Amino acid sequence: MSMIEVKGLRVVAGSAPEAVVEIVKSVDFSVEKGEVLALIGESGSGKTTIALSLLGHARGGCSIAGGSVKIGGIEVLALDEKGRRALRARKVAYVAQSASAGFNPARTIMDQVIEPALLHKLMSPAAARAKAIELFRSLALPAPETIGSRYPHQVSGGQLQRLMAAMALITDPAVVVFDEPTTALDVTTQIEVLVAFKKVIRELGTTAVYVSHDLAVVAQMADRIVVLNGGKVRENGATAQVLDAPVDDYTRQLLAATRHPDPEPVTSALQAPAPLLEIRHLSAGYGRIGPNGMPAVRVLDDVSLKIARGSALGVIGESGSGKTTLARVVAGLVDRASGEVLLDGKPLPAKLSERTLEQYRRVQIVFQNADTALNPSRTIADILARPMGFYHGLRGAAATKRMLELLDLVKLPAAVAKRQPGGLSGGQKQRVNLARALAAKPELILCDEVTSALDTVVGAAILELLGELRRELGVSYMFISHDISTVRSICDEVMVLYAGQCVEAGQRDTLSAPPYHPYTGLLVDSVPALRPGWLDTRRAMTSGALPAMGAPSDSDQLCSFRSRCPARIDGKCNVTPPPMTKLASGGEIRCHHPADELIRMQAVEAVTP
Amino acid sequence: MNRPATSHGTTVLYSAHGEEAKPCADALQDVPIEAPVVKRSVLRRFASRFSVLGLIGFTIIVFWLGVAFIGPLVAPYKGGAVTSTEIFGPSSGAHWLGTDYLGRDMLSRVLYGTQYTVGLALASAVLASSIGTFFGLVAAVSGRWVDEILSRLFDALISIPSKVLALVVVAAFGSSVPVLIMVAALAYIPGAFRISRSLAVNLMTLEYVQVARARGERLFYIARVEVLPNMIHPMLADFGLRFVFIVLLLSGLSFLGLGVQPPNADWGSLVRENIGGLSEGAPAVLMPAVAIATLTVGVNLLIDSLRRHGARAHGGGQ
Repeated sequence: MSMIEVKGLRVVAGSAPEAVVEIVKSVDFSVEKGEVLALIGESGSGKTTIALSLLGHARGGCSIAGGSVKIGGIEVLALDEKGRRALRARKVAYVAQSASAGFNPARTIMDQVIEPALLHKLMSPAAARAKAIELFRSLALPAPETIGSRYPHQVSGGQLQRLMAAMALITDPAVVVFDEPTTALDVTTQIEVLVAFKKVIRELGTTAVYVSHDLAVVAQMADRIVVLNGGKVRENGATAQVLDAPVDDYTRQLLAATRHPDPEPVTSALQAPAPLLEIRHLSAGYGRIGPNGMPAVRVLDDVSLKIARGSALGVIGESGSGKTTLARVVAGLVDRASGEVLLDGKPLPAKLSERTLEQYRRVQIVFQNADTALNPSRTIADILARPMGFYHGLRGAAATKRMLELLDLVKLPAAVAKRQPGGLSGGQKQRVNLARALAAKPELILCDEVTSALDTVVGAAILELLGELRRELGVSYMFISHDISTVRSICDEVMVLYAGQCVEAGQRDTLSAPPYHPYTGLLVDSVPALRPGWLDTRRAMTSGALPAMGAPSDSDQLCSFRSRCPARIDGKCNVTPPPMTKLASGGEIRCHHPADELIRMQAVEAVTP
Repeated sequence: MNRPATSHGTTVLYSAHGEEAKPCADALQDVPIEAPVVKRSVLRRFASRFSVLGLIGFTIIVFWLGVAFIGPLVAPYKGGAVTSTEIFGPSSGAHWLGTDYLGRDMLSRVLYGTQYTVGLALASAVLASSIGTFFGLVAAVSGRWVDEILSRLFDALISIPSKVLALVVVAAFGSSVPVLIMVAALAYIPGAFRISRSLAVNLMTLEYVQVARARGERLFYIARVEVLPNMIHPMLADFGLRFVFIVLLLSGLSFLGLGVQPPNADWGSLVRENIGGLSEGAPAVLMPAVAIATLTVGVNLLIDSLRRHGARAHGGGQ
C-alpha cells in the first residue's frame, strides 16, 4: 500500500458568493513508503498548496474543495481539528523555506527542537534531548552536543535549516514535507544541507515530499518527480525518465530554461581604448571611520576592475561577499573609504550630491527585489515618465510615445502603463524595473541579482532580454549574481569576490575550465548538475578534512579564504599575503598555488566522477 | 493581489490642508496620466471602500460637521437666551432636550456648541498632524544632523505633560479661540512627528527611494513623491486619533472652566455647567456628554476602517 495517496485533490481560493479560483485542479499522485517525491513547478503552480494539503491544511482564504488525501491509510481530509493535530504530531511533519522565520529568537534551539515531542507528550524531556542530539549528529551539524544551547542567531542559515529538519524529525514522522528548504541559501551551503537531508532521509527510511522550483536540486533528492503547472499535473515519472526523456512540453521548457545556452562570442574588436567604467583599489564599508581612514566593517578591500563599453562584467560571490556594496558604491549610495571610480576616464565623485546630471544619467541601478524597487502608489506610466522628464525633458505626447517604445522593448503590453505595481507579476515588475533604467538612456546598468527572486523560466526570459538590449542599445552591464550559470550565460568577463577581495578575474571561459582559484572551484563544483547521483559523487569528493594550518601572522592582507580552502598550505597561506598571478588565458588569480598546480589538482577532481 | 486605487477624496482633502500642497516647480511635469475611469460612480466606489461600521462612522462625522455649519441657523432659540422658568426641565414639545441650569433651551445650546467643539478640534488636529508630518518628513529625508536636532526638540516638547502645559498657557494668556487651537496643536505635534518620522525612515530604506536617490532626485521630490504618498494612510489614521484626543482635551479644559468662555459654550462646558443636574438625571447634562461620545466613536469607527484599508494596501505593495 502506498504511504501517500492523493486522488482528485482540488483546492480553491475565495468563498462561494465571490469569484472562486481553482488553484489545484484535480491532482493525483501516490508515494510508496521510503520514497522521495518531488513537486516541481513555478511560483503559482500550486506546489506549496498541495504540500500543505498533505497536512490537512489550507492557507487563509483557500479551502480544500474535494478529492482525497490518504496518509498511511488515514483519510486526512475527513479528520476533525483534533484528529489533524494528532496527525501532525505523529505522521506528517513540515520543513518550511525560511528557517530564520521559523525559529523564535528568544529561546534556545534545543527547547524549540524538542517542543513538538513535548507538546504532544510523546517523550520525556531527557529522552527528547538525547534524540535531538542524535539527529544533530546525523544531520552533520557541528558540535551536536552543545549546539542545542545556542540561540537561533548564533548559527548560520544552512545550520538553521538543518535544525528545522531536526525539529520536524523529532517525532519520528512517517512523512516529511520539505517546502523549498534550500532556495534561500548560497550554493555552497545548499550542498551541505542537501547532503544532510539525503543522509537522514535514507537512515530513517522516511517518506518525503520535496517541493522545489529547481530541477537540478530535485534531481539529487527525488526518486520520482511530479511536474506541476497552473495547478495541474503535467508529468509524473521516475527522476531519470523526467530528466532524460520528458514527455510533456512544459517539462521540456523547464529543462531548457535550466540549461543556459552558451551565448555566442562577442566581438572584442569594437572595444574602445578607454574603458567605460574603471575602478582602482576601491575600499568601502560601514560603521565608524577609524584612525587609518578605514570604516569599522570593511566590506570591499582593494577591488579593481574595468568594464569596456558595450561589454558585461559578472560579479560572483556568496552572500556577504560585498558584491551588492560594490554596485552601491558605483551608484553613489555608499561612501567609499579609498580608491577611485572613473567613468569614461573621468573621476566619478563619491558623493551623490557632487555628481552632475549627466553622470547620474549614465549609471543606472536595477535592484534585485522588484517588489520594493517600484513605488506602490504610482502607476507604471508615472514611474517610467520620471526619468524621461528628469534627464531628457520629455513631456506630453513625446514622453508617452517613448514610454510605449520602452514597454515594447521590455516586451510588456501597453495596457500595463495605467496599472500600479501591485497589479503586476514578479517578472513583469522586473521588466518595468529594467525599463525605468533604460528610460534614462544609460551607458552602464548595474544589475543587482535581477533574476534571483524569479522563477527559472521567467529568469531565463529576463536574461534573454538583457542580452538583446545589449546588442540593440550597446549598454554595458555590471551583472551581480551568486549564480554561476546565470553569469556565464550573459557576461563577457567575470570577477569572483570573496569577503570583499577579488580572488579571480578573467574572461568568461575562466569559469568553464581549470585553473580556478580554490574558491571559484568550490563555487563551480557546488552548482547542482542536472543528473541524478551528482550529489553523491560530489560528497565523496569533498568529505576529506582540510589540511592543517597554524596560527596566522599579523598581516591583514592574508587570503581570506584560507579558513575554508581545501588546498591551503601551512606556512604560506597563514603567513604571507597571496600574490595576484597572471594566467595564460589573460585572467588573474589571487593564490599561492601556481596555475599549473591548480590545473593538476582540479583536473584530478574533474576526472573522479 | 489587486490593490484598490488610493482614495482621491481623502487624499486631496488632506493635502489641501497640509504644507505639501504648495505649488512647486515639479508639479507640472508630475501630473499623473490618470485613467479616465475615476469619474464613474464615485459615490459607490467610495461606499464600497468602507465597511458597514466605517460608513456608520462616516455618517456620524458628516452629521456633526453639518450641524457645526448650520446648527445656529436651525436652532429653535438663540444660544444664550433664557427661554423657560423651569431649570433642568425634562424634554418637552417646546424644549426637545429639556432646559439647562438657567432655563435655556438645551437643543439650541448643543447646536451652538457644536461649532466650537468640532471646529476647534478639527483646526487643531489639522495643524498638529500637518506640522508633525512635515517635520517628520524633513527629519527623515535630510541628513543626520537635522534629524538629530528636530528629534531632540520634539522629545523636549513631548516630555511636558500636555494637559498641564495647556492649563499653564491658558492661565497665562487667557482663554480665546486662537490660544486654544494653538495649545491643542502644540500638545499633539510631537506625537505626529514621531509617527511620521518613523514611517518615513522605514520608507527611505526601500529600494525605490534608493533608485530615486541614485537618479539624482532632490530631497524635496523624494519626500513629496516617493515617501509621502506611501505614508499617507497611516498618517490619516493617526490624524483621526489625534482629533479624538483633542476633542477630549478641549472638553476637559472646558470642564475646568478654562476652555470656551460663557455665554458661549462647547460641549465640555455644557457638561460642566449642568453637572448639578446629574443627580436628577436631567437631559441637560446627558445630551452634551452623548454628543461627545458619538463624535469620538464616529471618528474612531471611520479611522479603524481606514487603517484596515491602509494595511491592506501596504500588504499589496510589498
